[in-house]
Amino acid sequence: MTMLMSQSLMLWGLIATVCMTTILEASRGFGFSRMSLPFIMGSAFSGRRSNATVIGFALYMLGGWLFAFLYFLFFASVGIYTWWLGAIVGLVHGAFLLVCAIPLLPYVHPRMASEHHGVTARRQMEPPGFLAVNYGAQTALVTLIAQAVYGGVLGACVQIQQAMMN
Amino acid sequence: MHPHDFAVQARRTDAASAGHAPPAISDYALIGDCRVAALVSNAGSIDWLCLPHYSGPSVFAKLLDPNGGSCSIRPSVPFTVTRRYIEDTAVLETIFETNDGSARVLDCLPVLDGIGTVRPMREVLRIIEGIKGTVPFAALVDPRPDYARTKKVPKRRGRLGWAYLWKNEILNVHSDLDFSLHATAIEAAFTIGEGKRHYVSLAYSQGEMAIIPPLGAEANDRLEQTLAWWRKWSAQVVCKGPYRPQVVRSAVTLKLMTFILSGAIIAAPTTSLPEELGGSRNWDYRYCWLRDAGMTMEALVGLGITDDARAFLTWLLHATRQTQPRLQIMYDIYGRQNLEESELTHLSGYRNSRPVRIGNGAHSQQQLDVYGEVVHAAWVFSVAGGRLDAADARMLKGVGDIVCRKWREPDSGIWEKRGRQHHYTFSKVMCWVALDRLIKMHNDHTLVLDDVTSMQRERDAIYQVVEDLGFNASLNAYSKFFGSDRLDASLLLMPVMGYREASDERVASTFSLICDKLAKNGLLSRYEPEATDIRKNEGTFGICSFWAIQQLAMRGEFAEAEKRFVHLLSFGNDVGLFAEEIDAVSGEALGNFPQAFTHVGLINSALALEQARPVSAQEVKS
Repeated sequence: MTMLMSQSLMLWGLIATVCMTTILEASRGFGFSRMSLPFIMGSAFSGRRSNATVIGFALYMLGGWLFAFLYFLFFASVGIYTWWLGAIVGLVHGAFLLVCAIPLLPYVHPRMASEHHGVTARRQMEPPGFLAVNYGAQTALVTLIAQAVYGGVLGACVQIQQAMMN
Repeated sequence: MHPHDFAVQARRTDAASAGHAPPAISDYALIGDCRVAALVSNAGSIDWLCLPHYSGPSVFAKLLDPNGGSCSIRPSVPFTVTRRYIEDTAVLETIFETNDGSARVLDCLPVLDGIGTVRPMREVLRIIEGIKGTVPFAALVDPRPDYARTKKVPKRRGRLGWAYLWKNEILNVHSDLDFSLHATAIEAAFTIGEGKRHYVSLAYSQGEMAIIPPLGAEANDRLEQTLAWWRKWSAQVVCKGPYRPQVVRSAVTLKLMTFILSGAIIAAPTTSLPEELGGSRNWDYRYCWLRDAGMTMEALVGLGITDDARAFLTWLLHATRQTQPRLQIMYDIYGRQNLEESELTHLSGYRNSRPVRIGNGAHSQQQLDVYGEVVHAAWVFSVAGGRLDAADARMLKGVGDIVCRKWREPDSGIWEKRGRQHHYTFSKVMCWVALDRLIKMHNDHTLVLDDVTSMQRERDAIYQVVEDLGFNASLNAYSKFFGSDRLDASLLLMPVMGYREASDERVASTFSLICDKLAKNGLLSRYEPEATDIRKNEGTFGICSFWAIQQLAMRGEFAEAEKRFVHLLSFGNDVGLFAEEIDAVSGEALGNFPQAFTHVGLINSALALEQARPVSAQEVKS
């Protein structure tokens, strides 16, 4: 059963990542936020916008898959396989990103500027600020929704599979 | 001033009044990056900038309202100013002279590779450099996004500068000057000494994270790269003779109005600069008019700018796809058709010339000449060695079919007269041009027409109708529309478009009468007003005056053509830019500025002059 779950997780991870990415990118298109997590990831590895965008999307999809396994481990550890638990985990994950991980970026990202150190030839990207509010006032809300959808889709997929096996 | 020389004219500008009295239209110069364009006054103020493209909402609109927003950098003591474009580029140099010293401001929008590097979507870079002594300056940045409908207080972001945020857009002001906040504006006072530089960078992003470009050496590099880009681009301009500087300036100006992402060329980067001061004839020209297509293509091909010619043709044939084979008279830079017109009642207009309009209600008019313009453009391109693909040929054949169906209908004419339609003679001539060029392209195997015989029959029928009804025997000239006794300067294009020879008797007599009746101070109006026409006092049209020169040159009357050309050049502003209209009495520029079509006329006239220039004995000998 675990083997079957692992294989399915590959697909669910992809579906959940696609949903989350679509929400985040659509939020940029509709003017809710200017943040692009794939671009942030990709630009850590390349100073070319074209390369950064492609690399970023590849890494982001890969990250989505890897996190799917972590989510599944959590579901298994508490023995609850539901969409709502997935959504809650996604919300917590999103809050962690916004409060802890993203504000740290100016200190670890090689191309991100900081308000304290200013701009250099290499560091020119706008820093996110607390809750990534620099990228738009609704960035935090959109990120939380996208993460909740990611977790919710994963949880729902596992829930459906469980129901089918029973 | 020697007409061949762009020596700049010094103008005394009192700092106490600068920024209060609205500058004349001709006091502006254009900078841009082939995506957006900004107008910089000779008092160092950017008074017009739309983002993220030419027809986007304004961020600086002081041009149209004192509260429209601006970015001003100028001495805080009385000064005189001279300015020029750095040779063959779109980088503007404004030199301020004061009692205690002089300094210059270099303005540009860096043209850089945004894919191979990480750059902001758009940037305005202003570099202030001390030349001699010391000069006290005042700088002010006061963006008013969305045509000044939005007022935003900027957020201070430490060493990253000040961020103006609205919707999903950001304008980040990064500078080594010590700006402080005053309401929605940030201001700085500073003194610059000899050899020192200060920088103000306005970086804009929409829907993506802001990139904040560095200052200092990196900003100098961006300036140098931009200068190099423009010089490389200008070097491809093929034009010899004494008027090369003016032609290159016109070509650069045309390039500044070419949207590099689609190849579209806008008519002008502004809206609602009045055709009459205080009047209501204020239109939005930040769109692409097909009526300009043929002449524009002739200019691009004539100058050897083949990449731009190809891009422009691609836009013409493909951006218009949604309405094909019917063509609108104008589209936006992406080929969008719905240019709904509205009025911005909160803006007072240039020198109180209301209303300020955005969008253009003329987009839904029927104008038959546009079909001829598009086919002529494709023909000019193909004759110059350009290749048309199968989709291009299909589109052009579709245009031929629609011309055969529609040429008998009345239209609004090249000047987009609102109200009653007529059978405009020039529109019929351009229908003839459309079919004639298609037949020519069929004959030289550029494309294959399904029924060339019937197209020839239609072409000849148009010709006959123009000769029977468009020529007014009592006037001994072609008239504005069938049955009219009024003249229209567009008919000067008949020989240029190959309808009849320049030496033809009817063409020559029409030319004489137009020059007789439409000329004011050596400049031509576009038409004789009708008895019911409200537009009785409009300015003269630069383009019409250039058409006359072109025809004279074609006829071999070089001396007269050159005399008129030199006279016309004297109406350009200190940096060689022309508006749509010229007030024949005061010589002031009127209407949207600068105007692509006028610069196209300048280029084509200069090329025609060079072709007609008599060969000197020494040249014959060599």
